[in-house]
Amino acid sequence: MSGKAFFIDTTLCTACRGCQIACKQWNQLPATKTHNWGSMQNPKDLSYDTYKLVRFQEHNGPDNKPVWYFFPDQCRHCLEPSCREAVDGEVSGGILIDHQTGAVLFTDKLKEIDPDDVLNACPFDIPKAQEKTGFLAKCTMCVDRVHNGLLPACVKTCPTGAMNFGDRDKMVKMAKGRLTEAKTRFPRATLTGLENLRVFYLLADVPKMYYTYAEADLPPARMDRKTALRKMGRSLRELAGELDIYG
Amino acid sequence: MTNHWIDIRNSDCILVMGSNPAENHPISFKWITAAMKNGAKLISVDPRFTRTSSKADFYTALRSGTDIAFLGGMIKYILEKDNYFKEYVAAYTNAPFIVADNYDFKDGLFSGFDAKGRKYDKKMWGFVKDEKGNPKKDRTLKDPRCVLQLLKQHYDRYDPETVSAITGTPKDELLKVYEMYTATGLKGKAGTIMYAMGWTQHTVGVQNIRAMAIIQLLLGNMGVAGGGVNALRGESNVQGSTDHCILFHILPGYLKTPKASQQTLAAYNKKYTPTTNDPLSANWWGNYPKYSVSLLKSYFGDKGTKENDFGYNWMPKLDDKKAYSWLDLFDVMYRGDLTGFFAWGQNPAASGADAPKTRAALAKLDWMVNVNIFDNETGSFWKGPGMSPEEIKTEVFFLPCAVSVEKEGSITNSGRWMQWRYKAANPPGQAWSDGHILMALGEKIKDLYQKSGVFPEPILNLKWDYETHGEFDAHKMAKEINGYFLKDMTVKGKQFKKGDLVPSFAYLQADGSTSSANWLYCNSYTGKGNMAARRTREKSGIGLNLGWAWCWPVNRRIIYNRASVDPYGKPWDKEHPVIAWDPSAKGGKGGWVGDVPDGGWPPMLNPDGTPNPKTKYPFIMKPEGHARIFGPGRADGPFPEHYEPIECPVEKNPLSAQLTNPVAVTYDTDMDIYKSNDPKFPFVGTTFRVSEHWQTGVMTRWQPWLLEAEPQLFVEMSKELAGMKGIKNGEKVTVESARGKLEAVAVVTIRLRPFKIQGKTVHQVGLPWHYGWVYPKNGGDSANILTPSAGDPNTRIPETKAFMVNVRKA
Repeated sequence: MSGKAFFIDTTLCTACRGCQIACKQWNQLPATKTHNWGSMQNPKDLSYDTYKLVRFQEHNGPDNKPVWYFFPDQCRHCLEPSCREAVDGEVSGGILIDHQTGAVLFTDKLKEIDPDDVLNACPFDIPKAQEKTGFLAKCTMCVDRVHNGLLPACVKTCPTGAMNFGDRDKMVKMAKGRLTEAKTRFPRATLTGLENLRVFYLLADVPKMYYTYAEADLPPARMDRKTALRKMGRSLRELAGELDIYG
Repeated sequence: MTNHWIDIRNSDCILVMGSNPAENHPISFKWITAAMKNGAKLISVDPRFTRTSSKADFYTALRSGTDIAFLGGMIKYILEKDNYFKEYVAAYTNAPFIVADNYDFKDGLFSGFDAKGRKYDKKMWGFVKDEKGNPKKDRTLKDPRCVLQLLKQHYDRYDPETVSAITGTPKDELLKVYEMYTATGLKGKAGTIMYAMGWTQHTVGVQNIRAMAIIQLLLGNMGVAGGGVNALRGESNVQGSTDHCILFHILPGYLKTPKASQQTLAAYNKKYTPTTNDPLSANWWGNYPKYSVSLLKSYFGDKGTKENDFGYNWMPKLDDKKAYSWLDLFDVMYRGDLTGFFAWGQNPAASGADAPKTRAALAKLDWMVNVNIFDNETGSFWKGPGMSPEEIKTEVFFLPCAVSVEKEGSITNSGRWMQWRYKAANPPGQAWSDGHILMALGEKIKDLYQKSGVFPEPILNLKWDYETHGEFDAHKMAKEINGYFLKDMTVKGKQFKKGDLVPSFAYLQADGSTSSANWLYCNSYTGKGNMAARRTREKSGIGLNLGWAWCWPVNRRIIYNRASVDPYGKPWDKEHPVIAWDPSAKGGKGGWVGDVPDGGWPPMLNPDGTPNPKTKYPFIMKPEGHARIFGPGRADGPFPEHYEPIECPVEKNPLSAQLTNPVAVTYDTDMDIYKSNDPKFPFVGTTFRVSEHWQTGVMTRWQPWLLEAEPQLFVEMSKELAGMKGIKNGEKVTVESARGKLEAVAVVTIRLRPFKIQGKTVHQVGLPWHYGWVYPKNGGDSANILTPSAGDPNTRIPETKAFMVNVRKA
C-alpha cells in the first residue's frame, strides 16, 4: 500500500483561498490578527493557528506582462520526515506516521522537547510554534476525515481541480499526465515532490518564482546535500520494505 | 445569462471583460477550467491584472469607462475583415432591415436630439416599411441604408489608433484580442462573454452590453452552446429578484408598471402589446394581456372582475416621465420629500453611489426600518463619522431576519435556474424569515386600513393568503407564482378543473379565468410537482441538465436556441447541438430534439429549400422576429457610441464633439459635484470586489476567517504612481474625490500600469467596496464615499466604475 498523497496543480489555482478557510473551519482554528501589508497574502505566514496558506507572488513576466503565482502551502508529509528524525532520539512517539495514509502527525509528546529542533529540521519551513507555550502544530492531512472516507477539507472545497487527493500512485500518475499537458502552455513547467513527499506541486515556472521554500531547502547545519540525497535514496528503499509489511 | 454556468464549458473562446470571475464568481472557474482543458482560449481585459487575468491565455488593460471604444474597434475589425457569420446575420438579425431617412448620426449625436430636454425622439430611428407594414429588408446586405451598411459607417471611425488613444490599450494588443475572439465567427465555433458590474455601472452601461450583443450577433454566437451574452449576477438571487420585479419600472415577469396616463386596463394593454403584420413573426409579447390579467387575478382574486378591470385601478401608477430608481429615491430623500424607508437586506449607506449624499439623505427621514442579520452602516448611520446624533430626528427600527439557510424557498441563479432550497435550521432568537415579516406587515396594514384610510381598496382587496397555520408558506407562494385555473375549463383540447395549476404560460388567458403571479415562471410548479426541486443530473450531452431544478422560460436552458440551427434545422455546431429538427419525430410529423426550443414551429426551410410558411423567426420576443443590431428602443441611440464617463481625465473625445453621454443622468443638489480634468483629482478611480468579501461586507466582515484574509480597505496603484507620490507599499494613504475622502492601505503593484491616453500619461487606482466603519475598527469605510450620483439613461444604474480621485500619503 502506497498511502495517500496530494497533487496540487497550481496552473489551475485561482487563489480563491477556499482551501485556506476550509482548513480553518474543519480544524476549528481561530483567526489571527492581521493587517493589510501591501499584499493579498494574509495571514503573512503559517502559524500555530494556520496550517494552510495561499502564498501570492507577482513578477514581471514575458512580454513585460505581470505574472501572478499562487502557492497553496502546507506540510508535505515527507516519506522520510526530517522532523521525525530530529525528535526520535529525544522523545519516542513525538512524531508519528499514520500507516494507512502516510500522514505525518505531531503528538502531545512534542511538548517535552525544544521546538527549535523540529522547526530547524523542516526543509519547507512548515511547523510553527505557539508563541507563549512553544507547542507545535501543522497540517494533519485531515486524517480524521480521510479515515472516514472523506477528502481533506482543502481538497473538498477546491472549485477548479487544483487540489487533488488520493492513493499516492494514482496521484503520481495524475501529476505526470498534467505535467505533459501543462508543458505545451508553460514550457518551464515542473513537478516537485514525486520522489520523496506526499504533496506534489505542478508549477508553471521554476519553484523559486513561487516561494523560497516551494522546493526543499535543506538546513545546512544538519546535513549537506549529498547526505540528504543518500538519505532520500535510502528512505525509498525503506519504504519498499514498509510496503511489504503493510501491503 | 442567455446561457448558463455549466454551458461555459462548451465555449471555444471566453472573453472576460467587465467582470472578474476568479474572484467574484469563483465556482464559475470550474467551467472556465473545463473549457480551457478542451482547448478554449481565455481572454482577460481589465484595468487591473486580477486573479482572473493570472489564468488567462491573453491579458490586456484598458482605462475604466472606455469599453465601447474597445468593442467598437472590434465591430470595425469584424466588418473590415469580412469575418462575420453571413448566413446567420442575414437570416436572423435585423442587419438587412432598411433604416428610414430620418435616422442620422453627426459628430456624436443621433438624429432627434432635444438639447433642452436632454433626450432623444426615438421615432427618428425607424425602419422603411413595405406595403404590408413590415420592415423592408435587403438580405444581400448591400443596400446603403440597411443596418449592416450603417453599422459599417458608424464604426468606421473606430480605427485601432483612435481606439488605442482612448482606451490606453496598445494597438497590437487590441488587434490580438480582436483576432482571438473573432475566430469564433466560424460556423461551429462559439465565443462567450462573461461580464458584470464592470460593464453595467457606467453612464453608458446598457450600450456597453449592446456593443457586445452586436459582436455576438455578427459572429453568430447567440443561441448556441458556449455562446451568448452572460451577465454574472452579483448575488445568488439577483436574477430572481429582477424576474419578480424588484425594480420600479416593472411588475413580475417584466410587465410594465402602469403609468398615470394609462387610466384603463385596455389603454395599458394596448400600450404594451406590440403588433406585427408578418405571419412569420411569433411576436410573443402579443400575449401581453394574458399575462397582465393573470397577474391582476393573482393579486386581487375574486375581487378583480371584468367590470372593474380586474382591479387595474387599484395598482399604483408612476407619474409619466418620472423615474423612481435608486439614485432618484436618495435624491428625493436628500431633498426631504421622502420621509419613511425600509432598508431590507441591504446596506445603502455603504453600497450606494455617493455615500456622503446617501448618508445625509438618511438623516432627513422620519423613520427607517432596517431588516438585516447584522447591524450595519445604514441602521447605525446616525452615529457614524461626521454625524451629530443629537441633531438627527430619524427613528430607526432594527428587525433581525433569518439567513438563507434558515428558510425554505427558491433562488434563481444567473443562468435563470430556479433551485429549491430546504430549511436547514431555525432562525435564532426573535429573527423571522422575510416572508413572515412581510405577511405580518401586510396584515397590520390591512387592519389599519380597515379602520380608516384614504383609498383603502388596493390594500383591503389584496388576496394576501400565502400562509398555512399562521406561517408564511413558500410552497403556497411558489404555486401562486405559477398560477391556477380559476374555473373548470378546456384549453388547447385539455380539460382543467378549478384550482388546477396551469401547466405553462401558453395556457394563460386574458379573460380572468387564470391567475399567475409571474407568467415567466408559469410551468415551475405544476400538477407534476415542484419543478425547482428536481435533482436529476445529466449523464452525457452538453450540460443542459433539463431534469435539474427548473429554468425560465418553460425550462429552456439556452434562450434564442432556434438561432443555433441553420434554416433547415441542423445545428451549426454538430459537436454541441442545442436543438435539432428530427423529421421522424412525433410519428413522422417532425419535431425538435434537445433543449426546449424557442417555440415548436418547424425550421424556416423545407428539405427542398422552399420556405416553410408554418415557421417563425427565431427571435420571438421582438415584434420583427429578428435580433436587433440596430436597437431603436434605447434612450441613448440605436448604435453604441463611445462617450467619456461623467468624471474623466481627458478634455476631448477623439471620436466626436460629445465628451460625455448627452442623455446621462446627473443630479443638481449641493452635494452633487462632478469634477473632470481637475488638477485636484488627476487619477481615474474604480471600485471592485474580492473573493473573500461579499458586497458591503455585512455578512463577511463579521466572519473572522474572512476578515483575517482581507482585513482592511486598500487601494491598488502602480509602482509609477506610487513613486511619483512617494508612497511605499503597505503605507496608509488618503484617497479623495469631489464627494469625500478615505484612508486606505496602499498596495503598490505591477498589476496596474499607467495608460498612455491621447499622448499623456493617465494613472488609475482601484479600491474594494466591502468595508464600513461599524466593524471592524480600523477596517476603513466604504469606497462609495468617492463615487458620484450619475447614471445610465436607460437603467439609471450609478457610474461607480469610473470616476476621478487624488491619492496622497496620509
